[in-house]
Amino acid sequence: MSDKKQQPIVEVKNLTKKFNGLIAVDNISFEINKGDFFAFLGPNGAGKTTTIRMLTTLLEPTEGQILVNGFDPLSQQDEVRKSFGIVFQDSSLDEELTAYENMEFHGVLYKIPKETRRKRIQGLLEIVDLWNRKDNLVKIYSGGMRRRLEIARGLLHHPKIFFLDEPTLGLDPQTRHKIWAHIHQLNKKYQTTIFFTTHYMEEAEKMAKTIAIIDHGRIIAQGKTKDLKEQTKTKTLEAAYLALTGKTIREENATSQDRMRQRMKMFRGRQR
Amino acid sequence: MIDVIYIMWLRQIKRYWRSKSRIIGSIGQPLLFLVALGFGLGPMFEKAGGGNYINFLTPGVISQAILFMAVFSGIELIWDRQFGFLKATLVAPVSRLEIVLGRVIGGATIAAFQGLIVLFLTLLVGFRPQNLTAFPLAVWLMFLIALLYSALGTAIASLMKDFHGFQLIMNFLVAPTFFLSGAIFPLNNAPRLIQTISYINPLTYGVDGLRQVLAGITYFGLTIDILVLSIVGTVLLIIGSYLFSKIEA
Repeated sequence: MSDKKQQPIVEVKNLTKKFNGLIAVDNISFEINKGDFFAFLGPNGAGKTTTIRMLTTLLEPTEGQILVNGFDPLSQQDEVRKSFGIVFQDSSLDEELTAYENMEFHGVLYKIPKETRRKRIQGLLEIVDLWNRKDNLVKIYSGGMRRRLEIARGLLHHPKIFFLDEPTLGLDPQTRHKIWAHIHQLNKKYQTTIFFTTHYMEEAEKMAKTIAIIDHGRIIAQGKTKDLKEQTKTKTLEAAYLALTGKTIREENATSQDRMRQRMKMFRGRQR
Repeated sequence: MIDVIYIMWLRQIKRYWRSKSRIIGSIGQPLLFLVALGFGLGPMFEKAGGGNYINFLTPGVISQAILFMAVFSGIELIWDRQFGFLKATLVAPVSRLEIVLGRVIGGATIAAFQGLIVLFLTLLVGFRPQNLTAFPLAVWLMFLIALLYSALGTAIASLMKDFHGFQLIMNFLVAPTFFLSGAIFPLNNAPRLIQTISYINPLTYGVDGLRQVLAGITYFGLTIDILVLSIVGTVLLIIGSYLFSKIEA
């Protein structure tokens, strides 16, 4: 039994991704055990999102092996896709649909039978306190409501592992607290493995059981929070993090997507 | 498979139906063409022995409404891509073919419906269809045109990363497609160059087919029209599906 518990649900071996010769992820290896609460930390442009994209079948690795829930994202795409749920860094909801319709759409894509789908949607929307707003178009939702809806949507097909890419970015402390409470509950009650990234070190320190820090595409430290603090002789995770990654601010060239995002933010701001 | 295509289709329909400004906005241009050209050039056209110009022009402006709406709903893919919705569908355990088919058919349905609205409005302006029994055939032709251009829009959108190229496509592809399709003038007496371009323009066959069905005027004959639309549409659908399957989100 104890042997089974230690079975890794994510195995990454010598993973590398190059974009036109530029190395985004450089020969990284790590394992995440079933039921773990795993934080993947690193400065902007360190390779966090690229790694998540490879784990979630959105991007092919240049080199290396990945197993998610025992399946290979290259040859067993659909099995991998059924195994995980994801909350992306940016909203991926359809704003012109209602919350319920967004859930329904997701449920059909994951081939959840109609009756089960209906029950689960209600259950999840109640958990994230959106059931009484289910028929509102998502475009009138606030940032926090959208994030809660995305979390509910990501859980609809009962994934074994849940990826959250900066799930609390730009949210107020109340909403952040609430979101982490949901996720914690999920991990505790259903042993869902959590894989998250964040720039808020106090969140990582409070929530994560294990941590990996990635910088310039390489994993530079890995272990429990306690180990990282001991290793760097620091008192908080934030201090340990800064000791490991340095204090230089990272500049990233904006992609066309970033520019579009920026424009959209300005556009939305003007509407309000 | 059919569930996924259906839900993709339904999403497009709901989005369309909820944006009334888009529906009204895209009716404006074809009607403007019909009124300005129809009443402006009509008397000259008739004096030159071309017959009733409104009857000649109506299938053309219907095609224009379909063309714009179909290309636009295909291009909307860029929007989904920029704002993340596409990513959510791409990590779901469904094939890209199902996604693209749902999208293209959804876009085509909207565009054909838009054509239908324009057809009804032209009746108010004075268009009189040749006979009403041809109506189902007209709807089928509209859907064929819509399918072809929805697939083309999707194919183009699969190659584009953002909206920078959008204006380029509207000005250098969509507008010439309309103006050089025989929609506003007969091809019989057109200069050789214009004729040649029209022959390789699929919309020409769409306009000609609709004109045969609605106004009883044809240049190629209905069989050739339907054949060309079906073949080009299928080829574009295959190309579009292939390009879509290569998208990296």
